[in-house]
Amino acid sequence: MTYVGQPVDRLDGTAKVTGEARYSAEYPYPNMAYAALVHSTIARGRITRIDSATARKTPGVLAVITHENAPPMKPAPKMTPMDLSTLATGTTVNYLNTDEVHWNGQPIAVVVAETLEAAREAAHLVEVEYAEFPAVLDFAAEEGNATPQKNSLISEGGAKKGDPDAALAAAPFSLDLRYTTPGHNHNAIEPHSTTAFWDKDRLILHEGSQNIAWTQGHLAVRFDVPKENIRVISPFVGGAFGGKTMVWPGTVLTVLAAKVTGRPVRLMLTREGVNRTVGGRTPSIQRVAIGAEAGGSMTALIHTSITQNGKVGGGPEQVTSQTRHLYDAANLQVQQNLVELDTIANTVMRAPGESIGSFALEATVDELAYKLGMDPIELRARNEPARNPIDGKAFAHRMLLECYEVGAKEFGWGERSPEPGSMRDGKWLIGMGVASAYHPAWQFQANVTVRLSADGTVLVRCGFHEMGMGAATAQAQIAADALGVPLGAITVEYGDTALPTGPGAGGSGQTASIAASLITACEKLRRSVFSVARKTPGSPLRGRRFADVRAKDGGLYDGSRGESYQEILRRADRASIEAQVGSDTRLGEITGQVRFMSKFLMDRRRWVKAACGAQFCEVRVDSDTGEIRISRWLGVFDVGKVINAKTAASQLRGGIVMGIGMALAEETLVDPRNGRIMNAGLAEYHVPVHADIPSIDIRYLDDPDPTMPLGLLGIGEVGIVGVAGAIANAVYHATGKRVRDLPITLDKLL
Amino acid sequence: MKDFAYVSAQDVATAVRAIAEPGAKFLGGGTNLVDLMRQNIERPDTVIDITRLPLDRVEELPDGGVRIGALVRNSHLAAHRVIRTRYPMLAQAILTGASGQLRNMATVGGNVLQRTRCPYFADLAARCNKREPGAGCDAIGGFNRNAAIFGASDSCVATHPSDMCVALAALDATIELESVRGVRRLPLVGFHMLPGDSPQHETAIAADELITAIELPELPVAARSRYRKVRDRASYAFALVSVAAALEVRDGVITEARLALGGVAARPWRAHAAERALMGGPATEERFRLAADAELEGAVAQSQNAFKIELAGRAITATLRQLQVEGSAA
Ligand SMILES: Cc1cc2nc3c(=O)[nH]c(=O)nc-3n(C[C@H](O)[C@H](O)[C@H](O)COP(=O)(O)OP(=O)(O)OC[C@H]3O[C@@H](n4cnc5c(N)ncnc54)[C@H](O)[C@@H]3O)c2cc1C
Ligand code: SF4
Repeated sequence: MTYVGQPVDRLDGTAKVTGEARYSAEYPYPNMAYAALVHSTIARGRITRIDSATARKTPGVLAVITHENAPPMKPAPKMTPMDLSTLATGTTVNYLNTDEVHWNGQPIAVVVAETLEAAREAAHLVEVEYAEFPAVLDFAAEEGNATPQKNSLISEGGAKKGDPDAALAAAPFSLDLRYTTPGHNHNAIEPHSTTAFWDKDRLILHEGSQNIAWTQGHLAVRFDVPKENIRVISPFVGGAFGGKTMVWPGTVLTVLAAKVTGRPVRLMLTREGVNRTVGGRTPSIQRVAIGAEAGGSMTALIHTSITQNGKVGGGPEQVTSQTRHLYDAANLQVQQNLVELDTIANTVMRAPGESIGSFALEATVDELAYKLGMDPIELRARNEPARNPIDGKAFAHRMLLECYEVGAKEFGWGERSPEPGSMRDGKWLIGMGVASAYHPAWQFQANVTVRLSADGTVLVRCGFHEMGMGAATAQAQIAADALGVPLGAITVEYGDTALPTGPGAGGSGQTASIAASLITACEKLRRSVFSVARKTPGSPLRGRRFADVRAKDGGLYDGSRGESYQEILRRADRASIEAQVGSDTRLGEITGQVRFMSKFLMDRRRWVKAACGAQFCEVRVDSDTGEIRISRWLGVFDVGKVINAKTAASQLRGGIVMGIGMALAEETLVDPRNGRIMNAGLAEYHVPVHADIPSIDIRYLDDPDPTMPLGLLGIGEVGIVGVAGAIANAVYHATGKRVRDLPITLDKLL
Repeated sequence: MKDFAYVSAQDVATAVRAIAEPGAKFLGGGTNLVDLMRQNIERPDTVIDITRLPLDRVEELPDGGVRIGALVRNSHLAAHRVIRTRYPMLAQAILTGASGQLRNMATVGGNVLQRTRCPYFADLAARCNKREPGAGCDAIGGFNRNAAIFGASDSCVATHPSDMCVALAALDATIELESVRGVRRLPLVGFHMLPGDSPQHETAIAADELITAIELPELPVAARSRYRKVRDRASYAFALVSVAAALEVRDGVITEARLALGGVAARPWRAHAAERALMGGPATEERFRLAADAELEGAVAQSQNAFKIELAGRAITATLRQLQVEGSAA
């Protein structure tokens, strides 16, 4: 392979650094109008009066849309596995079609004006009175009301093997610990932005989205138009991390505002607006209990969790997912539980579930290692399963211990003296910690077309998503290798519902999903080109067999006989030849859906597929003040075959940075008195700054998973998993203090 | 944001005449004012841009002091040779604040008058006595992890967030104010007011006054000084607790001490009790801790910030120790 695996520069790099890349709030339209939202200031109740008279007088205001004058919209669709776009509902509230308030910050009016400034000023002048209702707002206080999550086709709430309670009670060594993690808010660099324009009953929408097909399907229902009437365009997304998967109120209300005013309308949420109207990561309460024998083998492993849903939506998080797969415990139980609050719906955020679940699990394993007087890597090795612990299924690929082996050597793990507080550099207490990363591998449906033109260029078309990870570059590399053409010959079109329907960017599954279809499409294309060539008089490929032909040097060759694609198409007098995988007709959609579900279920019966890794970190803790600095990081990953060495390392490194934020800084402060987020801005909601991040060393084993396309496993999320656990373990090693409540701030170490 | 008139003042006389109109506000670097205008916390009718006033110089005075124009940018002040060598704690304090970009914009006068970062102050949906006298204080019993431990009242527990001012307090700086009525000078210590039952009154400046300069006295002890800021991340965060300290030690005995704390009160907190406890004593860890304890005796915690009392004690002790052992190098 010429390109796959190479550290190819991202194809859109120049466009981005020169500002040519256009994001959703940057599409110019003549006659553009600007929108601003008015947010509720109570958590639950009814609007008794909403007065927009003053707001309307602001010069430049075109409309103040409230529940009193908004045109009707259809309610959000009910979820069905036969149409996955029904999963796109951010919250179930029918915005501005109701006087009810369901969370503090819910949009209750939208102002449209000739300028952004006028819109925002008028939004400030809308006066609102409420009748307040009692509300459930304190997550911690709801612990007693948690109910078990039921098992569904896609997400399992719990599972049990053997008798873990009895085994725990009988174990010579045991731990039974409680962990808490706070909520987190989405804060991608690009705030959620929408530009909407109705051309009669056809909608054009520029929207930073991780799932344009879902957005299209959702809006079709809400605005009661056929899906075909809506085109969602989203070639560049300024980060998303799960926050742009669902359809949030800003999008719906921009479309509504465009309808009411008959103008193109742009809404770019303020940072506060993002925090108030886009769901975040749920807080959690977790219990991890482990029983073990003196030799380290686990006899019991129990992991339970409580997370929150909004009463108006949100879903469970697979907090206990990694615990089904990581340790060979004889008796095992996982169970996720839920509480419902009068808050905005929670939503997915990078490695939903595993990122916080692994913190609790991996910290407990570390604590057990100390209890047993055993090295934590050795303890993991002694509990490494040959088959999936919870149900005995086969692992498609599993090289976790190899990751630890490489990591321990590179990181100098052997130089660590295990005693807490035993390593010191002046006032700095030094600690080293490890934890496992784990993330399931997903694969979704992807429709792809590949067209070869007479000039030798190739156009790959698929409505997938580029949020900055280098997704398009990876697919260009795959196509270039599959067709034997130079990378420069490939153009990839994406981020547009006018293209064949692509997969969503989620579950770390996008690259594998497109790759599977793209490889098939390229194979089809080679066949078509070959059969054209074979029939063309004068072609050097006449009489050859397809099996002997290779795509290379920009053409098809059997040994040295063959010719370039240009020559083949010219000789056959063809302008282009195209191949297609999947179809966007109604029938094609249903067939695709059925094929996807059956492959998904069949695969799941046979295999456990996942990426995994070993996180190594070194921290320095100021012995006077408890300030924590991460001084070194190494992540070693088993992510199957790596497509692009450069962008893959960036993804994994980015996951670790985000994990450092989760471990040390990020926390959404929801005032339990009124459900209001009190740090809805980046000055107060801390993410790491450059000075918090050391140089991060990334290694991967690059060993293909035989069950995945090209052997690749997704890399978007596995990097964040285990990070908080590794840091907590290192902090213990440095200070002798176990902090079981994130974030680990200095006050918890004093 | 409300529409406002913009005036650019070219000289001090014009500026102070313009500010006498109701609803007028000075615009320095705008890094605080403009944010607050966007949040509708401040809604001026007129904004008077003072960045073109000829108050942008740092001058050494004949009496050995230093005069800093109110429009000197924070970055320039921190980089100034006289400040770096004669008052290192001030240069260090500024450099721990905000970010490079913000410091390039922020002015000395604006820094002194920046508003609190109490989250309830910044959210119009919350009750806040500072914004709306008599409304109540949602920080009490709410998120007050970064609230005051000194001088708070039942009506307000907010802190003044400036780093620069902590050093200025330790250095006995003077503020020069000018209005149509004339010029006056006030000590920086005491310029910021404790909330009492009127937290809306934050400083001693009158509504029609312009800060024209800050003056530092000649202060040899300041050449051996440090600023230590403890915060939630390595950079770009407000202080949980900060310490500005200067120490003169002769034959192991402390002969002069300057100490001020940040992040602990509605004013930069000059630690007089600790200074007294240090004077004449041995320059030892025990003595440093004793001095810290003397100051912190009067500290009172809110529901979430008791850790600050312990943290302040450790930060004071560590800063004095470091000053004693390593001198003033940051
Ligand atoms: C994200 C962020 C992080 C920050 N972090 C820190 C930090 O860690 N430490 C820290 O100390 N600070 C920090 N700051 C605050 C920063 O230091 C202040 O915003 C800045 O110093 C204000 O100066 P300015 O010139 O921009 O003031 P402006 O915003 O222009 O003005 C502030 C106020 O002072 C008034 N004013 C300005 N100049 C004069 C004058 N000469 N006479 C009379 N009135 C005047 C204005 O009318 C206004 O009311 C941070 C700010 C931000 C936005
Ligand atoms: S502490 Fe002061 S600033 Fe904060 S809410 Fe209370 S009164 Fe307002």
